Amino acid sequence: MTLDVDKISKHFGNVYANNNVSLSIDSGEIHGLLGENGAGKSTLVKILSGFFEKEAGEIRLNDQLLDLSSPKDSIKCGIGILHQEPMVFLPFSVLDNFLIGSTDQFFAPRKEALKQFQEICNKFDFELDPDTPVSLLTIGQRQQLEIARLLWLDPKVLIFDEPTNAISPAQREKLFATIQQLSTEGMLVIFVSHKLEEVAAICDSVTVLRKGKVAGSKKLPCPQSELIELMFGKLFPSKEIKDIQKGGIQLTASNLKSIEGRESIEITNFEIRKSEIVGIAGIEGAGQRTFLRTIAGRNSAESGTIISGRNLLNGTDYHQRLEKGLYYMPADRLGEGLISELTITEHIALVENKKKNQIIDWEMCYLRAAELIAQFQIQGTPESKAESLSGGNQQRLMFALMPTDADTILLEHPTRGLDIESADWIWNQLLDMRSDDCSIIFSSSDFEELLSYSDRIIVCFAGRIVGEFERNEFNPEHIALLMSGSQI
Amino acid sequence: MNSIRKIFTSNMSVMSTLCAVAISLLLAILLLWFSGAPPIETGKLLLEGSLGNATRLSDTSMVWVPLALASASLIITFAAGLWNIGVEGQIIVGAIFASFVAREFDAPPPLLWGAMIMAGGFGGMFWGGLTGLLRIKGKVNEIFGGLGLTFVATGLVIYLVIGPWKRAGIASTSGTAPFDTKAWFPTIMELRISPLAIFLALAGLWLVYYLLKQSKFGLQLRATGINATAASRLGVRTERNLMLAFLLGGILAGIAGTVQVGAIHHKLVPSISGGYGYLAILVVLLGNYKSFRSGLISFFFAMIAVGSIQWQLRLDLHSSLGGVTQGILVLVTLIVVAIFSQIKRNKRIKDAS
Repeated sequence: MTLDVDKISKHFGNVYANNNVSLSIDSGEIHGLLGENGAGKSTLVKILSGFFEKEAGEIRLNDQLLDLSSPKDSIKCGIGILHQEPMVFLPFSVLDNFLIGSTDQFFAPRKEALKQFQEICNKFDFELDPDTPVSLLTIGQRQQLEIARLLWLDPKVLIFDEPTNAISPAQREKLFATIQQLSTEGMLVIFVSHKLEEVAAICDSVTVLRKGKVAGSKKLPCPQSELIELMFGKLFPSKEIKDIQKGGIQLTASNLKSIEGRESIEITNFEIRKSEIVGIAGIEGAGQRTFLRTIAGRNSAESGTIISGRNLLNGTDYHQRLEKGLYYMPADRLGEGLISELTITEHIALVENKKKNQIIDWEMCYLRAAELIAQFQIQGTPESKAESLSGGNQQRLMFALMPTDADTILLEHPTRGLDIESADWIWNQLLDMRSDDCSIIFSSSDFEELLSYSDRIIVCFAGRIVGEFERNEFNPEHIALLMSGSQI
Repeated sequence: MNSIRKIFTSNMSVMSTLCAVAISLLLAILLLWFSGAPPIETGKLLLEGSLGNATRLSDTSMVWVPLALASASLIITFAAGLWNIGVEGQIIVGAIFASFVAREFDAPPPLLWGAMIMAGGFGGMFWGGLTGLLRIKGKVNEIFGGLGLTFVATGLVIYLVIGPWKRAGIASTSGTAPFDTKAWFPTIMELRISPLAIFLALAGLWLVYYLLKQSKFGLQLRATGINATAASRLGVRTERNLMLAFLLGGILAGIAGTVQVGAIHHKLVPSISGGYGYLAILVVLLGNYKSFRSGLISFFFAMIAVGSIQWQLRLDLHSSLGGVTQGILVLVTLIVVAIFSQIKRNKRIKDAS
């Protein structure tokens, strides 16, 4: 049996989430779909599961064209998806959850279902009691329940979408064993992940997505640094920035410990000088996000010291650090960067709040907005709401809102999802700021960007800094190796 | 060019609201008709009963005052994205504090009125602040915190009326002894209408309008209501703003309670809040969270409340029909507005593609 995904495209705004994506998978193999956040994996999974409609391309199973315009179609065509967070109904019992969605009959065939449920559980060695409420189950057990439910629907293709994010190492072993068993029995398995070591551990072949396109396919095993190269793009800089004289130390962080969500960091020592650009390389979840957010004060540190200029930042919150010149620009532009329903003028009025006057001069703000729109080349008017702007223009607006006295700028994926023109424009801005003594720390999942613009690159893995390279000693292969957790 | 477009689009939404109100009025009339009320007669009675003479007009105005103040209170907290259901309780506590001043202090009338207003505002602020603390520090949703505190306030007022503040010799739920007439808000002639109360309501509505339109606090509040995470990143102290919204909303509700005791009942009664805290939710939903629209709708609702008494007296209709009418108006308007905006959105999507 073969699943062919042929030239699938789907775009949001002016950015392609999937651009001519093709892959071909045979039954009996476990195929990895690898890529950083925003690479287009989720979009492809959603197209396969019928949540999104593709704009172009074809999906064929055994040369038969599939029409996937709703989740129900997808199930009917034999595609089963295990979602990141198991989709279960917490107050219901295990058996009730097993039955949901599996029958069109008015009265559920409970007896028969129970028999089959137990058969599946025995076969895969799942220990699930049919009468327990699902709310008492661990995430790993809920996943097993979902797998059992999907198998009862008799699928031909099973897609595991980032299945290991919330489960324990032991449960992961169990899950991998199940996946392997399924594959041996002839199931066509797609394993979607941004975790390199898992793909390397379980998959027979892999397709890597990057910026919505297929960056390449590999038979496994292959050296992990080759996969990182596919995930992060070209291993050489496209631009040479001119080296400028660095100033004194701008910011130091030492013995920093912090946790946010599932990401924890332990940074022994980090320094940045005035006019320096430091790029953070690392696979998603390696700690770069928590590091930036802890420095910015968006997330509080458990221990350690942060010093900016002459100020000890310990015990200060985000707002106090904002006043001390730290500016943080998140990757999620509408989630945390801007307020979707407010206009550009209203954003200007909002950040001009340092002056004492409590009454807004709307005319002044409107004129100021028009000025900034011209200066930052934003495609929009003072009355445009943030949500109506394209990604590149939202990023420009975030720059326009930056306090003029900011001296340390922390950016998460500054150009992710942007067109080339906007990306270039943004880096020109940042380089200008560097000339004005600003220190810049940014994370990126784009080698070209890291290698082109950083004065120094630090590599994060599992919450620690595992490597550091000055510009004149950049070694892309070494960086790629360190990112995958290997030693050089 | 832009400002022209802006006026046009905002007019569109006024138009659709008006349209929605017209449709829902029609439906309300139909429903009244089905329940045995002749439409023209009911309409006429409603107008006559609420505006027909000076007494009725002044009664309607005095229902309007607390409703308008409660609406103003809700608009402030709605702007911050809060469902401040606890306004009812804040009205009660405001009334209790104002009653305390009226009962315990002796001063020249204008001073006493001022002290009552301040005490009432403080009481409402205190109760609103508690809801705020529960929400911000204790992560208790303001709907539950507000409802819980309203229960407490209701218990408290009953306890006071039949306990420490009972009339000499009688413990009755009909209320405390009337205040000394010095504590009565002045009225025009023998009518119930109190210019001071009317002024307070107008000032409350205007204050809320001005704060939300012109002040940084108002803008920050709106930003917090839409997306607190992003607002905080842009430098807004979101928790402080939410707390201020609760406090300010509480003050307005507390003043509504003060008006209830100072200008209407002249004593503390168990049902002192009159349900205005809940009714105001319907008002601001219908008024699209805008001050002046909500002020007008409050008046219309006051007309229904006062005028529908005539339906009962003259047409022998059930007394609940006034409330039913108000409910239908809100429900149908919301449905119609939702349908309109869906149509608009579909059109926009179609235009875009």
